[in-house]
Amino acid sequence: MLEAPSPADVPAAEFETVIGLEVHAQLLTASKAFAPVSNRFGNQPNTQVTPLCLGHPGTLPLLNENLVNYIVKMGLATHCQIAPRSIFARKNYFYPDMPKGYQISQFDKPICHDGHIDIELEDGSTKRIRIKRIHMEEDAGKSIHDQDPQNTLIDLNRSGTPLIEIVTEPDISSPAEAYAYLVRIKQIVQYLGICDGNMEEGSLRCDANISIRPVGETRLGTRTELKNMNSFRNVERALIYEIERQRNLVRAGGAVIQQTLLWDANKMETRQMRSKEEAHDYRYFPEPDIPPVIVTPEMLQELQASLPELPEDRKKRFVVAMELPLSDAEMLTDTREMADYFEAVCQAGANAKLAANLIITEVRRVLNEEGVSIGRFPVDPARLAGLLSLRQADTISSSAMQTIFNRMLEDAGDAASIARSLNLVQVSDTSFLEPLVDQILASNPDKVNAYRNGKTGLMGFFVGQIMQQSKGKANPKLVSELITKKINEQG
Amino acid sequence: MSVTRDDVKYMANLARLRLTESEIDMYQKDMNKILEYMEQLNQVNTDDVEPLEHVLELPARYRPDTAEPPLQHEDALKNAPDADSDYFRVPRVID
Repeated sequence: MLEAPSPADVPAAEFETVIGLEVHAQLLTASKAFAPVSNRFGNQPNTQVTPLCLGHPGTLPLLNENLVNYIVKMGLATHCQIAPRSIFARKNYFYPDMPKGYQISQFDKPICHDGHIDIELEDGSTKRIRIKRIHMEEDAGKSIHDQDPQNTLIDLNRSGTPLIEIVTEPDISSPAEAYAYLVRIKQIVQYLGICDGNMEEGSLRCDANISIRPVGETRLGTRTELKNMNSFRNVERALIYEIERQRNLVRAGGAVIQQTLLWDANKMETRQMRSKEEAHDYRYFPEPDIPPVIVTPEMLQELQASLPELPEDRKKRFVVAMELPLSDAEMLTDTREMADYFEAVCQAGANAKLAANLIITEVRRVLNEEGVSIGRFPVDPARLAGLLSLRQADTISSSAMQTIFNRMLEDAGDAASIARSLNLVQVSDTSFLEPLVDQILASNPDKVNAYRNGKTGLMGFFVGQIMQQSKGKANPKLVSELITKKINEQG
Repeated sequence: MSVTRDDVKYMANLARLRLTESEIDMYQKDMNKILEYMEQLNQVNTDDVEPLEHVLELPARYRPDTAEPPLQHEDALKNAPDADSDYFRVPRVID
């Protein structure tokens, strides 16, 4: 173990931060990692268990093929090397929510290693975060300490749930980068459909190793480990707090000691884990009950072929093939469901740019207000495309599109029939519009003259008058064409 | 390298075993014998030998990802030294 540099006189700006993250993702398999029993469970404790989950003697683990399939997909999506042969190991410790006395995990031969993902920084540049390893393991049960003053209660429904742990190299230099990394991980697992990515509910969990060192120093400082950060924002906050704590400590002449800290989201501070909780000597050894995990070239090929288009590639395609601005593409590919929705709208005949605008502004506003995801949005892609094509054909004005959109949230009808029922179909009939134009021009001779003399800004006035006369139904583009034509004819 | 009495006590603690003084002596002796044997093995050149995690180099069998009915809730709790109608009950783990 290297000693921490002790640069008490280094100013804060000359410290750099070194962060490595360990993310656990709970897999959306149908059954548990090593037992053929449901991996989805509700509130009734100790109902989704088998003798294996309870740690009964004589039980043997049977490896779920989807645990392997899902982790290999994750490895491929993060550019990892996939080990053709990997080994399960036992991590030994005693805790009542893990009745067999060891966790089945992987240790020195993980199935995925040496990958990377790219994150976007605030200045628009890209940074590569190297992934050291991704390994398979099982989850423990749940301990409940606050229901019974004398006892701890144990629910083993979660016991044996399949997890993957994604470990980075210490490549992350700030809390903002850590946040961007987590968002990307969440996005990838959701695109792959292997984890729901919900950090608040614990299906994604994050621990951080964090140290500081003077800029230019190549050795790592002594690190602390941060746990218990149960939201993306809390990870960022906890890291900010811990970096500040370490800097203040070192500037005051102290030294960081290696310890595990728990983030307290209510007090917004970290506290030291009790030494008992921290004491670990896991005595890993190869799991004798599970033979080596072999990934054949055929399996690898099949899994590679089954990968969906990943967010990075999809974003690039939206920019290149659909000519969307990068920021729009970023928002539309945020979740796979959103990107699918957008593409379905385009496939139903809508113009990509118009569709992108409406989805980014109006659809996302509604989703935010209602707190729902696109899967529960009441207007399906075909109806939204119908609305957009009315606008594309200039059958409705942009403000009418807004009105119809709002109506469609409650009305299951198609856009065209709503437009008719609300009397919002634009009038593009010149035989109706021409007399109106003539009338407005005739009653404003001074403005017509001023226009001819260069005050072209008056076009807005003319069009406005006609919109008023037509109760908003005139096609403004056609109206301004008519006005230009008439004024030129008269002059 | 040899095993001290403290090493034995440390390992006993990790394994949650309570040992008498004479048992500590006994395990210390046994473990040192094992290490002596390992020393003997250390003399063999193993540079080109892959670690052997499993005696039989058979690949792990994959189980289809399907769920079967779980153990009945009552049966799950039946053998527990202590339980309420929902949970296993153990002595309080944290203070």
